[in-house]
Amino acid sequence: MNAFNVFNDIFLKMVWLSDLVYSLLESIFQLDSESTLFGILHFFIYDTIKIFILLSFLIFLVSYIQSYFPPERTTKILGRFKGITGNILGALLGTITPFCSCSSIPIFIGFTRAGLPLGVTFSFLISSPLVDLASFLILMSFLGPQIAIAYVIVGLILAVLGGLIIDKAKMEEYLQDYVLEMRRSGDINALVILEMTRNDRIKFSFDQVIDIIKRVWLYVLIGVGIGSTIHNVIPEDVIGYVLGGNNPFNVLIASAVGIPMYADIFGTIPIAEALLGKGVGIGTILAFMMSVTALSLPSMVMLSKVVKKRLLFTFIGIVSIGIIIIGYLFNILEFIV
Amino acid sequence: MNIKVLGSGCPSCIKLEKYVKLAVEQLELEATIEKVTDMQDILGYGVMSTPALVIDGKVVSTGKVLSPKDIIKLIG
Repeated sequence: MNAFNVFNDIFLKMVWLSDLVYSLLESIFQLDSESTLFGILHFFIYDTIKIFILLSFLIFLVSYIQSYFPPERTTKILGRFKGITGNILGALLGTITPFCSCSSIPIFIGFTRAGLPLGVTFSFLISSPLVDLASFLILMSFLGPQIAIAYVIVGLILAVLGGLIIDKAKMEEYLQDYVLEMRRSGDINALVILEMTRNDRIKFSFDQVIDIIKRVWLYVLIGVGIGSTIHNVIPEDVIGYVLGGNNPFNVLIASAVGIPMYADIFGTIPIAEALLGKGVGIGTILAFMMSVTALSLPSMVMLSKVVKKRLLFTFIGIVSIGIIIIGYLFNILEFIV
Repeated sequence: MNIKVLGSGCPSCIKLEKYVKLAVEQLELEATIEKVTDMQDILGYGVMSTPALVIDGKVVSTGKVLSPKDIIKLIG
């Protein structure tokens, strides 16, 4: 066992917590460890505690890094790059800026007003809810390093390519009129970047932890609840029939189910964990997670305030097709490897 | 003194406005407090992260809810 595995078991997987919950349920509550109830309770308690511990630490960490890249600075950085470099940087900066789709509209308008190419803005917009450091480490904890790394890489590629296609499609005219109007008046140099002390950054990160946990705790509990039900109640062959390798529509179904669901990536992880345990393919699981986070209805509604239908549907089309390709590709790869 | 709270109606913007009022009352200052909610106007100040605070035309804070104590430091 190498150092990484030890680290992973203690800090990310928290094997000790699993054992602790196990023995608590067995000794104090006198539950039969073979029963369904035991399984449900164990999954629920262990996953809930684990997610909230990880979330608090990771949000703090990511927010601290994020404090060096407020949207104003991100805009200025992106303004210096042209072409695919801009898209790649947009996708990368998307991984360390806001977790929340509620801040994506001011950022969208800010980018547009500062004159950034539409493609760069969309690269940022696709990667922002999809990929971030916190979700990477949580994925690592729940699903292992292979899936975590695969998820991040394909997420970034999707963001870069999606942005490039939107750029090539020359769709500026499909911004909402008032946004277009602003584009003519904006001045990227006027953006204000205030200095922050170390204490400011710590306070900012702490506030972010409180803020984000307040916003996502319910989704996490629902996610853990669904995951726990899948894990313990729904028979493997039912899941296998709908999402397993023998159903050629598995990825399509997983993506379609994901769209109306609105959850943070943190809420989808326990569901993914349970599906993985039931033998569902990695590609199908990735497709589900990506469609929940990148294509949720509330973020579509927000986006429709700044872009016209044609651009909105182009965006949805590109992301959906991308997710479906990623899903099938990973299922095939998994099959070969 | 003219104080502007920039933000499009998010809960933290409302909180910041409340704290500004508290700070002004505590210092017994002659100050007008305005709210700027229009995205275009907010961006006009060079601000993308709200809530933000503008004192006499100068941006002094962005993207966070200052405590009443911090606000007193800024305007006192």
